[in-house]
Amino acid sequence: MLTVPIEIQILFAGILFLIGLVGLLVRRNMIFMLMSIEIMFNSAGLVFIIAGNHLKQPDGQVMFIFILAVTAVEVAIALALILQVYHHYKTLDSDAINKLKD
Amino acid sequence: MILVYLIAILITGSVFALIAGKRSHVWPRVIALVSLSIDLILVIFCATNQTSPDNKWLVDYKLSWIPEFGISLHLALDGLSLVLLLLTLFLGIISVIISWKEINSRVGFFHFNLLLILAGIIGVFLSLDLFLFYFFWELMLVPMYFLIGIWGHENRIKASNKFFLYTQASGLLMFISILALFFVHGRDAGSYTFDYMQLLGTKMPAATGLLIMSGFLAAFLVKLPVVPLHNWLPDAHSEAPTAGSLILAALLLKTGAYGLLRFIVPLFPSASVTFAPIGMLLGVIGILYGAKLAFAQTDLKRLVAYTSVSHMGFVILGVFSFNELAYQGVVMQMVAHGISTGALFILAGQLYERIHTRDLDKMGGFWENAPIMGAMGLIFSMASLGLPGLGNFIAELLILIGAFKTSALMACLASLGLIAATIYSLRIVQKVFLGNKNYNGEMIDLNIREKLVFASLVIVIVGLGLFPKPLFNIAGPAIIKTLDSHKEEITKDDGISKNDADGENIYIFKISK
Amino acid sequence: MTIYIALIPAIPLLGFLVLALFGSTLNRKVVGYIGAGSVGLAALLTFIAGAHFIKSLPLVRSYSVVLWEWINAGNLKADISFSLDSLSLVFCFVITFVGFLIHVYSIEFMANDEGFSRFFAYMNLFVGSMLILVMADNILLLYLGWEGVGLCSYLLIGFWYKKPENGYAARKAFIITRIGDTAMIIGIFILFLSFGTLNINELMQQVSVKWTAGSSIAVLTAALLLGGALGKSAQLPLQTWLPDAMAGPSPVSALIHAATMVTAGVYLIARTHVLFSLAPIVMTAIAVIGALTLLISGFSALTQHDLKRILAYSTISQIGYMFLALGIGAWSAAVFHFMIHAFFKALLFLAAGIVILVLNEEHDIFRMGGLRKKLPAVFWTFLIGSASLSALPLITAGFYSKDQILWYAFSSESGNSLLWIAGIIGAFLTALYSFRMVFIVFFGETKTNPSFMPGKQMTVPIIILAVLSVVGGFVELPASIGNIHLFSNLVGNTLPPAVVRETGHSEIMLMSFSAIIVLAGIYLAYMAYLRKPDLSESFNHSRINKFFEKGWGFDTLYDTLVVKPVVWLSGIDKNDVFDWMNIGIARLTLLANNLLSITQNGKLRWYLMSFTIGIVLILTYMICR
Repeated sequence: MLTVPIEIQILFAGILFLIGLVGLLVRRNMIFMLMSIEIMFNSAGLVFIIAGNHLKQPDGQVMFIFILAVTAVEVAIALALILQVYHHYKTLDSDAINKLKD
Repeated sequence: MILVYLIAILITGSVFALIAGKRSHVWPRVIALVSLSIDLILVIFCATNQTSPDNKWLVDYKLSWIPEFGISLHLALDGLSLVLLLLTLFLGIISVIISWKEINSRVGFFHFNLLLILAGIIGVFLSLDLFLFYFFWELMLVPMYFLIGIWGHENRIKASNKFFLYTQASGLLMFISILALFFVHGRDAGSYTFDYMQLLGTKMPAATGLLIMSGFLAAFLVKLPVVPLHNWLPDAHSEAPTAGSLILAALLLKTGAYGLLRFIVPLFPSASVTFAPIGMLLGVIGILYGAKLAFAQTDLKRLVAYTSVSHMGFVILGVFSFNELAYQGVVMQMVAHGISTGALFILAGQLYERIHTRDLDKMGGFWENAPIMGAMGLIFSMASLGLPGLGNFIAELLILIGAFKTSALMACLASLGLIAATIYSLRIVQKVFLGNKNYNGEMIDLNIREKLVFASLVIVIVGLGLFPKPLFNIAGPAIIKTLDSHKEEITKDDGISKNDADGENIYIFKISK
Repeated sequence: MTIYIALIPAIPLLGFLVLALFGSTLNRKVVGYIGAGSVGLAALLTFIAGAHFIKSLPLVRSYSVVLWEWINAGNLKADISFSLDSLSLVFCFVITFVGFLIHVYSIEFMANDEGFSRFFAYMNLFVGSMLILVMADNILLLYLGWEGVGLCSYLLIGFWYKKPENGYAARKAFIITRIGDTAMIIGIFILFLSFGTLNINELMQQVSVKWTAGSSIAVLTAALLLGGALGKSAQLPLQTWLPDAMAGPSPVSALIHAATMVTAGVYLIARTHVLFSLAPIVMTAIAVIGALTLLISGFSALTQHDLKRILAYSTISQIGYMFLALGIGAWSAAVFHFMIHAFFKALLFLAAGIVILVLNEEHDIFRMGGLRKKLPAVFWTFLIGSASLSALPLITAGFYSKDQILWYAFSSESGNSLLWIAGIIGAFLTALYSFRMVFIVFFGETKTNPSFMPGKQMTVPIIILAVLSVVGGFVELPASIGNIHLFSNLVGNTLPPAVVRETGHSEIMLMSFSAIIVLAGIYLAYMAYLRKPDLSESFNHSRINKFFEKGWGFDTLYDTLVVKPVVWLSGIDKNDVFDWMNIGIARLTLLANNLLSITQNGKLRWYLMSFTIGIVLILTYMICR
């Protein structure tokens, strides 16, 4: 088995996080923003797995299962909200929802 | 205990007035009148209760409030506060009488605010604990804000906002100074207290003293008012209802003067002497600038408001002269100005009730149909310009002589204010009562209620002009004690003796009296 | 005795109170009785007190009474106290007696006016204040009377308040005199602060002991008091208010602006003569001012069309004579001329008032004429008054009083022949303009007919004054004619005599010279205005005539130098430049608000970006620490 140094593993998780972040900031469509948030969540989970593997403890994998559960719930609610927004505004553009301005 | 009753009666009276206002229009007025009259009788009772001469206070009351911070409920009465209390209650009664027909909406709330303002003013004049003083200082503000903002004239919101922000901001500066004094005294003497009697004689370096004094000065100079911090006054005075203008001009301004005499001079002896030249200069500028502005106005109430700025210039000139004559003049000016300017505001209010305008260009020739009103306007304009025989003359004379002792130049410049006062006072009489008629409707002369009010004011102002002795006797001891303790504190001689070209000494009397 | 002294000013003041409070409800007759009666009563009391006083001379020089303690603050003590000495006695006599005559006259003069009770209230207040002024024991009470008469002058000049011009004239008078009053009060400050007392006698004593002649403080104080006197007495440079003050009713002009208030300055200087003697420069200034004023106003009187304005300028001119006398130290001559002037000037104003009234408010002398036959009583009394004014030799009182001044101008220690020449020219002018008045108004053809004849209440006072204008002089005759010195002996108890130096000329010579000048003036008036009017025609329309008529341009000068700049100055800043501070703060706050609310634009991605940037910055900071 190849041993990948831990720095590369964390770097990999970090790059995944950055991809998610940039996607969140750049994309206007709310579904894609949600997908980017998913990627960010997964990268966080990956960091836990890496840590658990490195420290030879099962807690990392336990945390990942927690994250999966929370993510699932969060996606459900977020999609419900996006449905309502689409119903009202007839668009999925996040810049169009700016009624809370000064 | 009697001092607490003074304030408590007004506060309970205000609550009763608020409740009674739901039922009828008359009851709040009666309740206000009754509570003020009870207070007046109590104060007169205090006046006759003379204690031994070496005791500084006529009446003294102290109750511990928040001992952890050194805050106590310390109220005390001496000659100076007694005079001002009498003025407050007298003019308070008059303000209720003149609003009898003027205020017809939310009467209960109006009298609630009125009585709270008067309670605050009385508290300011009585409290000897700095925290309590600040509490009452702020108490005066909020009801006055409502008074101007709800029952005032066209621009009332702007005027009340300006008034509130100005006074509040300066009050906050004073609070910072109070806290600073608290800490300085605590570090120096070991005990942390807000009590005035213990804070007297706090040792502090000159720079600190000057800094802390400026905080107090900010509040008092805004209240007085002193140019350039005077801009709230014309707006507040002209947009307020008559009772509001009366209380503002006659009483609120005097709290500033009182603060100077009670707090600045005793608490910061050397710092006040350092500030004195600037203080006198500000006074002279106030006298002349206020008069100049007064002459140019076309709104009657604004004109009278600027004359207040001018007259209060005399007060600050007198306070920073540091001698007995000037201080007696300052006390007299506080009372006489309150009466005469108050009367002019009442006059403006009565004109407004009749013709619904304050514009001088729309008035004229009213003497024909309203000779008694004209005579009153004449008498109080004469008081305003300092005609001998009326109280203001004695006040201005004493202040000018006192100021002349300290700085002849300032006194001479201030005397120019006498000429300026003539110009604006005669303008009032001419534009309103004499000349051509510009108003086409009917002008009714004063009714019984208004005649009574004016009669009492005329009696007081003429009495002050011809028989000022009682006032000097009451306020005298307090003033002398203030000056004596001030002189003890300072070491440098603030006398100026003028040498002319022949090398002769003009002033035989030295300043340090 | 002391009760009389207290009552003399008190009774007119009481009259004022009664009339002010109840005048509108009282019957006109009652108002007249109260108004004139109170002054009459004061006159009676003055006579009694005066008789008592004269009898007790020379043992007692003055009587005083203290009524109550007025001010007692610190070391400033001033009481309401009055004192009577020979100087105040003379003034009291004139004020009450002439005042009484004028009040009686006013009953008929103001009979149809709606402000009848108001008039008498103000007049009584005036008489009371003037009496306070001359009888005051301390200088602060004098100042009270001083301002009181200024107030009454303002009220009475603007009496017919419906016309704005009258109000303007009244304000002009008050403000100009107030300028003088401010100078005076500063002088009072200096006196009080130097000596610690306000009592006039004590002050004068201390001044003579502690201040040296010619010291700058004495000069300064005297100059300041002089400022007050100049304002009240309408002398150069504060003389512009008096001609305009003629807007008031004629009795007012007679009482206030001829006989009494305008002579308050003379009283002040005479009363404080000790101080003035210590300031020779100021004395010279007084004499020069007096001389210049009498010439300038004499020329102006020559060119006026309005009857009352001629008399106004004449008053300024005659007071110039009094100041001239004061300036050279001839104190009693000044007071003597004051008394005689009060008689004939009041007479002239009252008679002029009758003329104006019966001609339906006609003021222009060129529209009068030929009234000699129509109004005989008025004519004869006016003639006597004018003769006295011109100092017609030997038979008029004016001759004795004016000539005394001219004699001292020439021969006194501080006298100067230049001053005498000014006085002589002035006498010529006086004769000229007085008889110009007489000839134009009473001779020639009638241009306006009188609509009614004056009644007894108006004619009897002027007859009495006419008699006094003739015999009044006989109490003081020069050494060469009768050598009677009743007046100067009386006044000499309070005022020092003038010091005369040796000159080459005798009094008789100078007197004859001035007599010739006066007669020449009358003759010229006769020729130029009656016999051959075309002689004066070219002068009437000349440029210099206009210049004199406008008061030598002083009004225009003051208007340009003082009035317009002050009005402009107060107008430009009407909205108060300091308000910009507040407006500035408010605008700044609004600006900040507008700037910051750009960041609240409701966009989600904007907020997310700001999170990210914030986190990056914090992490960078934490890592780089």
